[in-house]
Amino acid sequence: MQAPVDTPPLLAAPRGGPLWRRKLVNRVMTGLIVLAFVVALIPLFSLLFEVVKRGLPGLDWEFLTGTPRGVVGGGGAAHAIVGTVVITGVTAIISVPVGILAAIYLTEYGEGRLRRWLTFFVDVMTGIPSIVAGLFAFALFAIFLGPGIRLGLMGAVALSVLMIPIVIRSSEEVLKIVPNHLREASYALGTSKWRTIVKVVLPTAFAGLVTGVMIAVARIVGETAPLLVTTGIVDSINTNPFEGRMQNLAVYAYSEYRTPGVMKQASYDRAWAAALTLIAIVMILNVVARLVYRRYKTEIR
Amino acid sequence: MDGPAGATRAEPETTKPQMPSSHPATAPEPAPKVEAEGRRAKTIEVRDVNLFYGDFHAVEDVSVKIEPNKVTALIGSSGCGKTTFLRSLNRMHELTPGARVEGSIELDGQDIYAKGVDPVQVRRLVGMVFQSPNPFPTMSVYENVAAGLNLNGSRVKKGEKDEIVERSLRGAHLWDEVKDRLDRPGSGLSGGQQQRLCIARAIAVEPEVLLMDEPCSALDPVATLAIEDLIGELKSRYTIAIVTHNMQQAARASDVTAFFNLEQTGKPGRLVEIGATETIFTSPSEQATEDYVSGRFG
Repeated sequence: MQAPVDTPPLLAAPRGGPLWRRKLVNRVMTGLIVLAFVVALIPLFSLLFEVVKRGLPGLDWEFLTGTPRGVVGGGGAAHAIVGTVVITGVTAIISVPVGILAAIYLTEYGEGRLRRWLTFFVDVMTGIPSIVAGLFAFALFAIFLGPGIRLGLMGAVALSVLMIPIVIRSSEEVLKIVPNHLREASYALGTSKWRTIVKVVLPTAFAGLVTGVMIAVARIVGETAPLLVTTGIVDSINTNPFEGRMQNLAVYAYSEYRTPGVMKQASYDRAWAAALTLIAIVMILNVVARLVYRRYKTEIR
Repeated sequence: MDGPAGATRAEPETTKPQMPSSHPATAPEPAPKVEAEGRRAKTIEVRDVNLFYGDFHAVEDVSVKIEPNKVTALIGSSGCGKTTFLRSLNRMHELTPGARVEGSIELDGQDIYAKGVDPVQVRRLVGMVFQSPNPFPTMSVYENVAAGLNLNGSRVKKGEKDEIVERSLRGAHLWDEVKDRLDRPGSGLSGGQQQRLCIARAIAVEPEVLLMDEPCSALDPVATLAIEDLIGELKSRYTIAIVTHNMQQAARASDVTAFFNLEQTGKPGRLVEIGATETIFTSPSEQATEDYVSGRFG
């Protein structure tokens, strides 16, 4: 048996002692982590700053409501704003039902190998480059309608290819979170499976589903490449996705920069303003998503 | 093997966890209410039932008759198949992928597993209350109780629905506590209230049998006794089978007790003995039963 050792003095933190060393390491690591965080944020803030600085001057009433004036250039981006809204709307109409129904299948019905293969391919699809989606839509419509076609609908199809996998993935996650005991409670009452899904599972998952859709929309609203090849560049307001070219904010920013009018600076200003508008739209969508989530979320014990 | 059932219920004030054998059977056998509400509690007859999860043999060779207007308690140690067996009675067992049922289970003479029988229909006739209260979080108290009607798409007029909701909540001894907050979310109630809400929800569809899977295990003793009293009342209108870990509860609240046991982990669970609760707890026939109820294992 050893003689008992005296308890070392607790309050002293001598230089070089273990406590002092731990504190030092703690402080160094905290500093490094904060530094990394700041570095990661710098591009974001720098970008926001630039866009706001350069876009704000161009953001006037004429920009928001006017349309381009002739070859000389000038005018506004109303056609682009309308186009963005229409294309995004049609994309959502296609993608949301398909995406959510697919997610329901994968969560509630899918089994075994089919389900695993489907999930794998959905994951692959989330990585498709946007230009590829654009070319796909272009080729598809070219087969049926001839190669010269430009349609708002084509752009929506291209964006759907990009949006659907995102909706599926996020909806799947949300549906999986709905606890099984709620489904069982519904079955025990003598409710069929599809009714259980529609009246119990979906309402419970509602807030999460909406958030997922909003995020997916925010992701595709700024896509340029697929729209260049599918909806083209045009100068007038077109609200009909089934006919003719349609302008869109991202493409507008590109075309104003690429082919500026006689007053170059004004064109550039408008391009920046379009970019700012896009960012504003995405921000608004995110805020709405958060509000909806907070209002409708169900506290599941 | 089921003898005449004496209602072994003790007064709430004196009972608390005491050994069951000190409560003599005093109440006479209750006459089964045949005409009540135009619906009769039905018998479940189980013959040579074996339950599987894929290749795993979970429950072996159970044959039992669950009598109407009585409370049958299923007791036994953890993992011996009581819940699995209970879930086979309303065709919930098959919801687990790979699960299957062999043997015959008849509800008032009709095989519930016959070809062409709709499991959804079976579950409307055989209701279930679960271990943790699970009210639907997106629905109010009113909507929860009416869920059985709403979810099935039955066209019930508002006035009639109000009546059914009130009747079910009164039947579950919850009406007075929630009548002023019917529109508030079901999840805002206490545990005991939530469980009574789930019971109200289950009886709102007027099933013939009520299955309860450890309904009180998530509740405090006061709420537990309230639910046991409720069960004692409900048995006059329903057939009730309740799985419980709590032997004192089985002794207090049931008329018939069935003891399940596992010989060894990995082997299927079996029904060892079934009889009047009084008998099972004081003079069981099987040694294993005797060991379990006297606390030598389990």
